[in-house]
Amino acid sequence: MHGYDGRDLPGTLPIQGELRLRRSKPDFITLAHGSGGRAAHDLITGFFLPYFDNPILKALDDQGVFPVEGGRLAFTTDSYVVDPLFFRGGDIGKLSICGTVNDVAMCGARPLFLSVAFVIEEGFEIDKLEKILVSMKEASREAEVAVVTADTKVVEKGACDGVFINTSGVGIVPPGVEISANRVQVGDAVLVSGPIGEHGVAIISEREGISFETEVSSDCAPLAGMVDAILTAGLRPHAMRDPTRGGVATTLNEIALASGVEIELEEESLPVTAAVKNACDLLGFDPLYVANEGKLVAFVPEKEADRTLDVMKANKYGESAARIGRVTSSGKARVFMKTRIGGRRFVDMLVGEQFPRIC
Amino acid sequence: MSRLTEQFENPEDARLLLGRITELARASGRDKIQFMEVCGTHTVAIFRYGIRQLIPNNIRLLSGPGCPVCVTPNPSIDEFIELARKPRVIATVFGDMMRVPGTRSSLESEKARGADVRMVYSSLDAVKIARENSDKLIVFFAVGFETTAPTIAATLLAAEKEGVENFFILPANKLIPPAISAVLDTEGLALDGLICPGHVSAIIGSNAYEFVASTYGVAAVVAGFQSTDILHSIYLLLSQVVEGSPRVQTQYSRLVGEEGNPAALKAMYDVFEPCDSAWRGLGTIPMSGLKLRSEFSKFDISGKFEITVTDSREPEGCLCGEVLRGKAEPEDCPLFATACTPEEPVGACMVTTEGTCQAHYQFRES
Repeated sequence: MHGYDGRDLPGTLPIQGELRLRRSKPDFITLAHGSGGRAAHDLITGFFLPYFDNPILKALDDQGVFPVEGGRLAFTTDSYVVDPLFFRGGDIGKLSICGTVNDVAMCGARPLFLSVAFVIEEGFEIDKLEKILVSMKEASREAEVAVVTADTKVVEKGACDGVFINTSGVGIVPPGVEISANRVQVGDAVLVSGPIGEHGVAIISEREGISFETEVSSDCAPLAGMVDAILTAGLRPHAMRDPTRGGVATTLNEIALASGVEIELEEESLPVTAAVKNACDLLGFDPLYVANEGKLVAFVPEKEADRTLDVMKANKYGESAARIGRVTSSGKARVFMKTRIGGRRFVDMLVGEQFPRIC
Repeated sequence: MSRLTEQFENPEDARLLLGRITELARASGRDKIQFMEVCGTHTVAIFRYGIRQLIPNNIRLLSGPGCPVCVTPNPSIDEFIELARKPRVIATVFGDMMRVPGTRSSLESEKARGADVRMVYSSLDAVKIARENSDKLIVFFAVGFETTAPTIAATLLAAEKEGVENFFILPANKLIPPAISAVLDTEGLALDGLICPGHVSAIIGSNAYEFVASTYGVAAVVAGFQSTDILHSIYLLLSQVVEGSPRVQTQYSRLVGEEGNPAALKAMYDVFEPCDSAWRGLGTIPMSGLKLRSEFSKFDISGKFEITVTDSREPEGCLCGEVLRGKAEPEDCPLFATACTPEEPVGACMVTTEGTCQAHYQFRES
């Protein structure tokens, strides 16, 4: 679960320092509840959380961190339901390993073991399933994790769409490492590990058969190696998160809320490839809200910013890492961006879903 | 960034243009100069670039009716929702229409309740669904302006040729120039200039706006969507205002010609013909909609089912209608950002990213 602390009242959550009443119990689950934007947050904090109330879940980080004898474990779970199952740059198998590895790694933990559960639709081709398994094997090997328990269910045709995969992961948090969305401080530099929006654009172009001048590949990749390199260099980010659904803008808002800080971005320094920019212009999307599957956003003390950036750039998934902004003040939780032409605008969480424009 | 778009997002050019805009705004000696951006894509771009805060205080930018989802009135939406509920029907829509609240429900809610509602990116996808589901009736909600109508026309021409018999549309396409007339006829709305849409103009051509200058004496500039495109267009509009010579100019000349796209227009008028049409907020505007010509009327779903929607109404307290005419700002609406948010939209202008209310909500600062 991604999110922030909704401790005030069920169904009530602070938005930019004010309390706004929201309906916590919708009549139906709609697709908007799965978009990773604010509808999902409302549902999680207002509806789900009260039933599973405990301090570890309540932190609403990407992973639960808890003490065990001799150290701390990080534990996370995620379900993968991507359409199409195979896309440029990856498939549901690679995604299901990388996504969970990354969620474990974002608190500084070293991912070790995974569980995998498949829900497979009757009639699903075995060759496709094998292709998915090969991807999972390769991704696990690269991320140095082992799948140590698994489950398979087959459901009637029409009861699911091809194959759904759930993976859970555990990892060990090294001693002294404290990385959480609520530890960000004024003055922190905001870094992103590479160009944004690639996964979302790759998926939509594949799904809808829209081709752009330059084809965009998903950035799907395991980031545990990059995180390990940062920590091994003695650097101590305050917060890290992988900006998946809802994009960088939503992740930054989550962190702003968790730490109660104001973040200012520089549009000029935001890494966006020409291909993603053109595709987004065409679709009416803002790359800040488009999903990534192989990027991390890090909040680091200013004095460690350049060195962290160097470490990221030395990693094969961080060659185009960039400093995109800084934490300017505390008190009001919000995100601003200085635009390329010198304007300044508010950057909200993803509200609703991004649909391609009609006109 | 690609070189093409980079050329139109150059901070140095932006500074130069802003300097000239400031000089002209001062030279005009006016307390208030009002321009309207007709198109929702321009509204969003203006917010995204932070242009409202950069231009002088005496220039006011109003948002217009150029958002297809926003102007589709509730009776059309209610009718399509009723169609979606029918057995054997697969309702196909552009994603943005899914969440628009009708009088009692939305397509999204109907889908959650079990109706077969599918999001498509083009009417061509809807025909594909028709080919794959010969035992079903596929209905496409034909909304949009001159940008989508030619594709829908081409889809119907292809469906006709192939003999696809289970594909229908609910015609609700609309035309931009008659809506501009209706806005300019609005009492008490003193507009000095229009930022005319880029995409629509690529189809209809800049000559389509001649009446704006000749009949109404209002400046008109067809604008592109990058930051300096918009600043350049504001500069051109201001120059016209200061010179006192309103006319039609095309800033977006890399895409828009005087005559538009003749092939697209031909397809559109081969299949459709203009008719009176009801707009949210603007009422019924003569010859502002498109209906199927008699040769293509077999594709029209209206009348194929017994559907009577009689109690359609706009949500209570919602000011979408005023907002679409430039008569009210979203912040004037008592529901804005309280009862009406993008998660739980009351009015259509809050649903889509290109809606004026959502743009104001998304980029609000408090």
